[in-house]
Amino acid sequence: MKTVHVQACYEDWRERARECLRAGLPPWDLLWSDAPAGEEELFGTAKAAEAIAPCQASEFLIPRAFLELAERVACHRTPERWALLYRMLWRLSRGGERRLLSAATDPDVIRARRLAKEVGRDVHKMRAFVRFRKTGGNPVSGRERFVAWFEPAHRIVRLNAPFFRDRFAGMDWSILTPRECAHWDGERLHFTPGMPRSAAPDGDALDELWRTYYRSIFNPARLKLGAMRAEMPVKYWRNLPEAPLVAELTASASRRTAGMIDRPPLPPEVGQGNAYLERLARLNAKEAKGGEG
Amino acid sequence: MDLQRKLEILADAAKYDASCASSGARRRDSWRDGGIGSAGGAGICHSYAPDGRCISLLKILLTNVCLYDCHYCVNRRSSDVPRARFTVEEAVSLTLAFYKRNLVEGLFLSSGIVRNADYTMEQVVRVARELRERHGFLGYIHLKTIPEASPSLVEEAGRHADRISLNIELPREESLRRLAPEKSLRRAEAAMDGIRRRIDEAKAMRSERRGRLSKRGPEIYATGQSTQMIVGADDSDDAAFLRRADGLYRRQGLRRVYYSAFSPIPSSSSLLPSQAPPLLREHRLYQADWLLRFYGFEVGELTPESGADTGRLDLAIDPKLAWALRHREVFPIDLNRAPRERLLRVPGLGVRNVERLLSSRRLSRIRLADLVRLRVALDKCLPFVIVADHHPARHGLDGERLRERFLPPAEQLEFAFGTEMSSSTARREPTGRARRDP
Repeated sequence: MKTVHVQACYEDWRERARECLRAGLPPWDLLWSDAPAGEEELFGTAKAAEAIAPCQASEFLIPRAFLELAERVACHRTPERWALLYRMLWRLSRGGERRLLSAATDPDVIRARRLAKEVGRDVHKMRAFVRFRKTGGNPVSGRERFVAWFEPAHRIVRLNAPFFRDRFAGMDWSILTPRECAHWDGERLHFTPGMPRSAAPDGDALDELWRTYYRSIFNPARLKLGAMRAEMPVKYWRNLPEAPLVAELTASASRRTAGMIDRPPLPPEVGQGNAYLERLARLNAKEAKGGEG
Repeated sequence: MDLQRKLEILADAAKYDASCASSGARRRDSWRDGGIGSAGGAGICHSYAPDGRCISLLKILLTNVCLYDCHYCVNRRSSDVPRARFTVEEAVSLTLAFYKRNLVEGLFLSSGIVRNADYTMEQVVRVARELRERHGFLGYIHLKTIPEASPSLVEEAGRHADRISLNIELPREESLRRLAPEKSLRRAEAAMDGIRRRIDEAKAMRSERRGRLSKRGPEIYATGQSTQMIVGADDSDDAAFLRRADGLYRRQGLRRVYYSAFSPIPSSSSLLPSQAPPLLREHRLYQADWLLRFYGFEVGELTPESGADTGRLDLAIDPKLAWALRHREVFPIDLNRAPRERLLRVPGLGVRNVERLLSSRRLSRIRLADLVRLRVALDKCLPFVIVADHHPARHGLDGERLRERFLPPAEQLEFAFGTEMSSSTARREPTGRARRDP
């Protein structure tokens, strides 16, 4: 049994997996684990004594769809991901199951798809819930500068950074997270180690306008808290400036609705001598005479 | 009046419009194209209000002053709500400020009718023009149009917007005549016809030019239009809503029809009942709409054609299950043999799981364990299907009491009527999630 250490990223797993595949090491003879921070890779010593006949990795055509799936799965924080991916890689190549990904009910395929979906959801929620705060501007370039704090569930900062570059190319920004931070300066994306929450600003002048909007767009007559929580899980709330309003809006909803229902209704009002309304009235009368459309 | 107060009034005035899509735009981004923003990917909901609706766009009216007297509308001339009006600059800078903080995907802009259709449309178009041309804004823009506005203004609106829409509000002309005396279904559909032609034309030009789009050319035009109908304000039955929607999808090529349960408003009209919104009915209409668009159902199949419930969706169970119970002679369906269009008719099977079953069964026979792994809603599905190790008991399908098996417990049903859909009903296929285009 060999242990393969991976430096917690897809590219590194791909390198290790390629070496193992080339050496003919079957998945049941390998243990995969995340490399402890700072430790050197250990694979170099793992010479395959009991290996199945070695061969060139290029003999195996790995479907592109698998590599795309693997890149997502690799971002998941579950420790089983490397072993799962290697097992699938083995089955696809040495195992002769070239159509593995079409086996939509295969347990490995289902598991990998599920992990990829969880990563995808985290990616999507990060795009939704990152909240930039303006921290000033660059006096030389004249560009505005924004900083956001976010706590992703998985290791998605690098995967997601290009989205923010594409959207906010015209401003300087940083997204700080506990594990890794992404920065854009108009020229390039770069990444630095994680930071504490206190490094990010707590709010800016616009938060109050945003809360006003949130309060006003809410319809108290249709309270659906379950639907809201399903899409905006509570774990994200502590970094959302509007979240503290939920309790008060919910508490007052039935009173506000009852107030609307109890209020005496208002009668229709005749339009006052407006040329445009008269034109509409003539058009409508003509259409009514012409019968239903 | 300060900006905060205006925002309060003009967001409040816009909230009865359920449209929220921010997907399906032309692909572009500020890294490649300059300016600010990006669009063309999946829609993103940046927040959710406690009403369960997503917040993806800054949804505002330019003004809630209105000449019309549409009785379901909080902004009608006979309403006594406070009135306000944004300047073009205010609407523009608010959009940019929210966008740069990643609070929204873009702007949804509508307006009360002031002076006349053209004047109003001009103001709305000015906001979009400023955003696009002066600020290089590449985010999503949804503009409301007015059927009576002149074609040149609608054309400009369509060139700036990703989505344009006009709400027909009610499914039948006679309802509209009673409750929205200024509006006309016929003029609305005629305007939609024109927009459709323009959308199709621009799309054809884009696929011809592929990759060499100019910034101003005639190929730059909105990629879709949508509309909304209010449910429960008139006495139209579900079949009337679905027939109207089906016609709009077929004739005007609409991307989406939104259904909005008529909701009590702060200053209601004496012509309309002020009562809790029919949320469950709204949900069933969305489910039926999904069956029309993605499951190959014909509009006539969705509601009973005879009997006491003619034209009405069953509120207690989803419309696909209701159809299956009305057509038991079609079942059981063999998941290992039946073609795609048959599989799509099976209660509890969504589009994606149908695709997975089709792909999986080429390699091995479908068994119960496969359905479990795919997280199919077994309670709904099993009475109607055959798999390698399951055959539904004949008497089960013929039984008088089959429908009762699918009813939620009584107290849960009450809960669903009063407040919210239980999460299990809300999550099952086909969902009526209003927020996203497929």
